[in-house]
Amino acid sequence: LSSIFSLSPDRSLFLTMQSAVALPFSQTPLTRPSRLLGSTGSIFSTPRSLRFCGLRREAFCSSPSTHLTLRSDRVRIPSTRFKVSAAATTNGAPPPKSFDYDLIIIGAGVGGHGAALHAVEKGLKTAIIEGDVVGGTCVNRGCVPSKALLAVSGRMRELQNEHHMKSFGLQVSAAGYDRQGVADHANNLATKIRNNLTNSMKALGVDILTGFGSVLGPQKVKYGKDNIITAKNIIIATGSVPFVPKGIEVDGKTVITSDHALKLESVPDWIAIVGSGYIGLEFSDVYTALGSEVTFIEALDQLMPGFDPEISKLAQRVLINPRKIDYHTGVFASKITPAKDGKPVMIELIDAKTKEHKDTLEVDAALIATGRAPFTNGLGLENVNVVTQRGFIPVDERMRVIDGNGKLVPNLYCIGDANGKLMLAHAASAQGISVVEQVTGRDHVLNHLSIPAACFTHPEISMVGLTEPQAREKGETEGFKVSVAKTSFKANTKALAENEGEGIAKMIYRPDNGEILGVHIFGLHAADLIHEASNAIALGTRIQDIKLAVHAHPTLSEVLDELFKAAKVEGHATTKTVSEKVAV
Amino acid sequence: MAASSSFLSTASLSNPKSTISFASSVSPAPIPSLRRVVFRSPSSHRRVMTVRSKIREIFMPALSSTMTEGKIVSWIKTEGEKLAKGESVVVVESDKADMDVETFYDGYLAAIVVGEGETAPVGAAIGLLAETEAEIEEAKNKAASKPSSSAVVPSPPPATSSPAPAIAQPSPAAAASDGPRKTVATPHAKKLAKQHKVDIGSVAGTGPFGRITASDVEAAAGIAPTVTPPPPPPPPAAAPTPTAKATTTSSPPLLPDASIVPFTAMQSAVSKNMIESLSVPTFRVGYPVNTDALDALYEKVKPKGVTMTALLAKAAGMALAQHPVVNASCKDGKSFSYNSNINVAVAVAINGGLITPVLQDADKLDLYLLSQKWKELVGKARNKQLQPHEYNSGTFTLSNLGMFGVDRFDAILPPGQGAIMAVGASKPTVVADKDGFFSVKNKMLVNVTADHRIVYGADLAAFLQTFAKIVENPDSLTL
Repeated sequence: LSSIFSLSPDRSLFLTMQSAVALPFSQTPLTRPSRLLGSTGSIFSTPRSLRFCGLRREAFCSSPSTHLTLRSDRVRIPSTRFKVSAAATTNGAPPPKSFDYDLIIIGAGVGGHGAALHAVEKGLKTAIIEGDVVGGTCVNRGCVPSKALLAVSGRMRELQNEHHMKSFGLQVSAAGYDRQGVADHANNLATKIRNNLTNSMKALGVDILTGFGSVLGPQKVKYGKDNIITAKNIIIATGSVPFVPKGIEVDGKTVITSDHALKLESVPDWIAIVGSGYIGLEFSDVYTALGSEVTFIEALDQLMPGFDPEISKLAQRVLINPRKIDYHTGVFASKITPAKDGKPVMIELIDAKTKEHKDTLEVDAALIATGRAPFTNGLGLENVNVVTQRGFIPVDERMRVIDGNGKLVPNLYCIGDANGKLMLAHAASAQGISVVEQVTGRDHVLNHLSIPAACFTHPEISMVGLTEPQAREKGETEGFKVSVAKTSFKANTKALAENEGEGIAKMIYRPDNGEILGVHIFGLHAADLIHEASNAIALGTRIQDIKLAVHAHPTLSEVLDELFKAAKVEGHATTKTVSEKVAV
Repeated sequence: MAASSSFLSTASLSNPKSTISFASSVSPAPIPSLRRVVFRSPSSHRRVMTVRSKIREIFMPALSSTMTEGKIVSWIKTEGEKLAKGESVVVVESDKADMDVETFYDGYLAAIVVGEGETAPVGAAIGLLAETEAEIEEAKNKAASKPSSSAVVPSPPPATSSPAPAIAQPSPAAAASDGPRKTVATPHAKKLAKQHKVDIGSVAGTGPFGRITASDVEAAAGIAPTVTPPPPPPPPAAAPTPTAKATTTSSPPLLPDASIVPFTAMQSAVSKNMIESLSVPTFRVGYPVNTDALDALYEKVKPKGVTMTALLAKAAGMALAQHPVVNASCKDGKSFSYNSNINVAVAVAINGGLITPVLQDADKLDLYLLSQKWKELVGKARNKQLQPHEYNSGTFTLSNLGMFGVDRFDAILPPGQGAIMAVGASKPTVVADKDGFFSVKNKMLVNVTADHRIVYGADLAAFLQTFAKIVENPDSLTL
């Protein structure tokens, strides 16, 4: 297992997380009474609570009786919330107890930002501590600048594809690019988003405290040199840094991590990318579009581990095979030496299983995309008796931090990459919102299986829920049937109009009750298309209901429309009539 | 070609990219498709006409029009297993999809020639099918004796013709240490080498650190490098008389910054032909042709897809019909070879090369068919898909540089033909008619180079006169 972690921790953690979530799920009675579901649906009909569609309140209730108590609990909620929102008007006034703040968030990344915004909305006096720059990895060294580079690579790819252009009747003379211009675009975007983030928090009255934050003791935080503040609740949201396996010497010029690559200081002729997860794939898209040749080094036997096998197979045909990319699978890069003394970058490959030397590669640059490691050093965790696991802060399903004795640390939470549950920016944000819900008196458990993920290659890959093998395994152990429906982008008018018919959408579902277990999309704008499915999973919408929903024609969303319609749900699965419950 | 022993078999799509949608709670139902797998009985072409031994080769099927090779994803059946008609035997991955390949025969899978994970070109034997159990052994022997050269094994062959000093290496792994320098090839170079069946070990690397780059492989495969912008189209078959000096070895030393780009296969062929042409005594006759009528006709038929090339080829074809000697050739220096067909080859520049697709029976086909044919040929030429008969069956060549504004030029006679016509641009020219009136007419200069062993001056002049008449009264072209 350790080998998997060292390679693409982000994705494999997702997998472990899923199995963890599967535990409570397995206690769910197989035939969940759909009438009860119907009643939960009606609870959620208030527009306010619909806002948190990513958050499934009652998670996987284990018996009808708990369900009922939850229900009564929920009935009380509106009144609590009313009080809280009344308190919101007094944000900034000293809190009732002698704490400096209601909530302190350590780390102003996307997770911390999401939590802060929601905390203010809930009337909490909130501070956020940032030791570096606001925005964290996502905004400064991750999702955001990489999207800028991918926007460029997508256009380059299109303009360079003479055949594609010709099929539109367009004539474009040879496309070229200015490296510095591309790099500036990425940098400008990051700056812009960072300012937006900062301003949004300032505008709401979140105190932004600058300095490195650490936990001094229960409800006590130090930041900067010697500023000590107290808070009723503390959220750790310190995120992660690129993970560099040992034996690899990063010089920031020829052996680089995503942090360096996003600055696009050079476009090497030939770059080896260690790791073929999201990060590696996206960079392969950027580099090949800008003219580099790419060699993937993957420790597992398959490229793109973690994706649904069928999707990764098709993706490989489109994203790898026709491009100037080759790969070595089942090997570790045991030693990487940067280019120096007139020698290229040297990469020693060893067999992932036997550890025997297999090959030596000589390339112009190497990008280490082996995943990300939690950034939790120097957080003062020892002060609250917390022991990290491979750097990750252990938490329960409510993001409450667990100490070395397996007990919950009161008033301390950890969200985002630092807890390793699901290393995605929007997951961190959702976890943060979930925590704020809890500390404001509303129990909440986030359903991680409803959190979508996307890889912004051309075309994009997106997914939510289980992969087909995971679903089949679950079906086997729990005794339900698993079916698969597929649709092709080739049949979609809009995709064909764009000359982008390559792609499939695939849904894994239970034919007995119409539950959506997972959706995987590979094709044009897949990352935008996945949300219909992730929302359906989050809200518990069944196929027999969602298939009646209407999609504008002609749009790419019809790919999912067709997918839902292609599913065969067994006749006796009851259909609740959605239309009655939607307030018009 | 043993047509009697080729059979069809259906294949089912296991990964139906082409299907619009389907839902399955079991495995997807096989979707019948037109794709076919050819089984051929090898005995029928090795031994003459007898199909005694019922051992059939299972060939790599062409699963799509663009597929050149396929990868064996998995063998569903193992060696020695009994096969029933319609059962899937092997899963093949093409550039587009995975397909289950079914058998149309009962029998036994006697031998697997190409293993799982290996690739084989379309048409190569990937396995042997025996009709009876008794024949399995025979088939196995056959498989063993068969050089598996057709199969491209993923690992590089151990003994390549590497120019490195032949030091016996105990194992390939040892070679990776700082011993003799191993070959380093970029991903694109490797892909190209595979595609063009170039042994990467035999390519000399010119890239940084001596690595083999895509252009090295392209040079070795004799293809125009794609990275360099296509040079301005070279004058088709009309390079200003290359002199014999060019071939002598005493070439002057290279200037410091000069680079040497080896000929591609096409360029080598051009070079060879040009040298060969020097052995033919040629002469040239020019002729001005009034094109006002032709231009008017062109404007009229252009919307119907007729090209100037088709018009000129048709005119030349019709003129050749009246002057068969210009359509003849001199093969041995002792006789005329009169051609029964008038096949007009037209020189085309395609990036970095020159090829002459042939419009067969240019005198007989109508303009529209000719134009259609021409478009098809040019498309094929661009994609390097011309069949030999489509570029080497010409009896007369047409070379037009008029579109570049060239007013006249001189073409080199390609070997094996009697004459070549060089067409210049049609330009408004002041002319005086026999009554002394000046007018402006569009004139185009054509210049024909011919083999004087068979075509004499008067022949050529007469031919040109006929050609000019046809062009100046082009109505006959549309008949």
